[in-house]
Amino acid sequence: MYSEKVMDHFKNPRNMGEIENASGVGTVGNAKCGDIMRMFLDIDDNGIIQDVKFKTFGCGAAVATSSMATELVKGKTIQEALEVTNKAVMEALDGLPPVKVHCSLLAEEAIHAALWDYAEKNGIKIDGLEKPKSDISEEEEDEEY
Amino acid sequence: MKKMIYLDNAATTRTAPEVVEAMLPYFTEYYGNASSIYEFGAKSKEAITKARETIANALGARDNEIYFTAGGSEADNWAIKATAEAYRDKGNHIITSKIEHHAVLHTCQYLEKNGFEVTYLDVDEQGMVKLEQLKAAIRPTTILITIMLANNEIGTIEPVAEIGKIAKEHGILFHTDAVQAFGQVPINVDEMNIDMLSASGHKLNGPKGIGFLYIRKGVKIRSFIHGGAQERKRRAGTENVTGIVGMGKAVELALSTMEERAARERELRDYLMSRILKEVPFSRVNGPRENRLPNNASFCFQFIEGESLLIMLDMGGICGSSGSACTSGSLDPSHVLLAIGLPHEIAHGSLRLTLGADTTKEDIDVTVEAVKKIVAKLREMSPLYEDFMKKNAKK
Ligand SMILES: Cc1ncc(COP(=O)(O)O)c(C=O)c1O
Repeated sequence: MYSEKVMDHFKNPRNMGEIENASGVGTVGNAKCGDIMRMFLDIDDNGIIQDVKFKTFGCGAAVATSSMATELVKGKTIQEALEVTNKAVMEALDGLPPVKVHCSLLAEEAIHAALWDYAEKNGIKIDGLEKPKSDISEEEEDEEY
Repeated sequence: MKKMIYLDNAATTRTAPEVVEAMLPYFTEYYGNASSIYEFGAKSKEAITKARETIANALGARDNEIYFTAGGSEADNWAIKATAEAYRDKGNHIITSKIEHHAVLHTCQYLEKNGFEVTYLDVDEQGMVKLEQLKAAIRPTTILITIMLANNEIGTIEPVAEIGKIAKEHGILFHTDAVQAFGQVPINVDEMNIDMLSASGHKLNGPKGIGFLYIRKGVKIRSFIHGGAQERKRRAGTENVTGIVGMGKAVELALSTMEERAARERELRDYLMSRILKEVPFSRVNGPRENRLPNNASFCFQFIEGESLLIMLDMGGICGSSGSACTSGSLDPSHVLLAIGLPHEIAHGSLRLTLGADTTKEDIDVTVEAVKKIVAKLREMSPLYEDFMKKNAKK
């Protein structure tokens, strides 16, 4: 079902984890539909993404797209990171099954959400970045088991 | 290669070597058409008759009440659609449950588009149909109750004898999908007042693509596949002789080993369930402890997603299944897990392990260790788990 690249990124996720005091953190998706991605960015004074980490709740494709997305933005400028689209992530993974394309969209949104958080924290505006729609709802996270 | 641990016997089973052996002569030696006049064709006919008798005996039925089909899905479709058509004059209402297999649910939905009305009964948190709700749902126009004997995902055995009694008292036909239950638990169509019953070969170590529908004598039911006069003119098509022979053999084996096998599987399954519950935090068992298929174990692990779990288990040579959205091809997790009241995010983290006659205690131990490691690894990756731990740390 999955390409070798997808399986590789699923089995050995790159940059999995969290960054304490990250410059920007973004979470997208919701538990209801089964995928949540969280991206942590460490951005230096020159606007270069020095480090990036992710955490993901979701299927094999969700883990692999998060992992690939972190590789594609690491060491890049903010503007370059903005250009990492879901298509780029999918291509880098040698494609995804049609039912999993939404996972790659989530990866793109997660990066944007983290950049938005960075911009807000620093009171700056990033050209071409719109407020990402995050459909995480607090109540859902509070579900008692 | 590492030894494979196959714990997906509810999906399908290994065809038993004895079954294959029984089938083989009917490919190359006795390949005659059972409808032919000559002696050679009669060989095939005899084999079909013998299989039919074996199956009828297993259910307490007569052999002219067993109709071979190409599997469980066909039997379900036939039972429901043909009853709806034949009894349309009497009414247009059908009662089923929310946790049926899609072969039943999608057939009912199809009928709804064609003027029928369907009540989908709720189940309790164990997956059990509520008899009071069933009684209340009956209308003068109700023509059919179709409720599964045992659920394929969470193993719940439904109170079929009680349902059959209620159906009989109201003069309503009762069909049951016994695809998971047949060969696992004792069934008697008279004692349980079952009018129609679906079963499938490949779930009980028989071949794939063969099954049957039991139809009680006197039930008006139209043929589903039109053509030749096979299966008492009710199901046309040259008989799948090898499949039928294989199914007969599989039923013979399953029935003769049932008690012993069920006891053994139940013990291993209970061991599996208690180890998982004890050793994996934030886990739960889906379905009841009693009234449960002997080989079915179903779990949910909080904060993780089922497909990732399955892929990682597969990397360790372990085959299981999940009701997560990602394994169903839709965005919703299993309708069964939602029907027992689980929230979406918990239903996404489900794992079904179904044992077989070959399953050993060692297999279970290896599997439990693998599940423990994988669940911990996926939680380490999970933003939900991170949030949960942070929230708890604050408290
Ligand atoms: C409860 C139930 N009904 C029907 C079926 C369909 O049977 P078959 O695969 O023989 O068409 C299955 C198998 O997946 C099942 O578990």
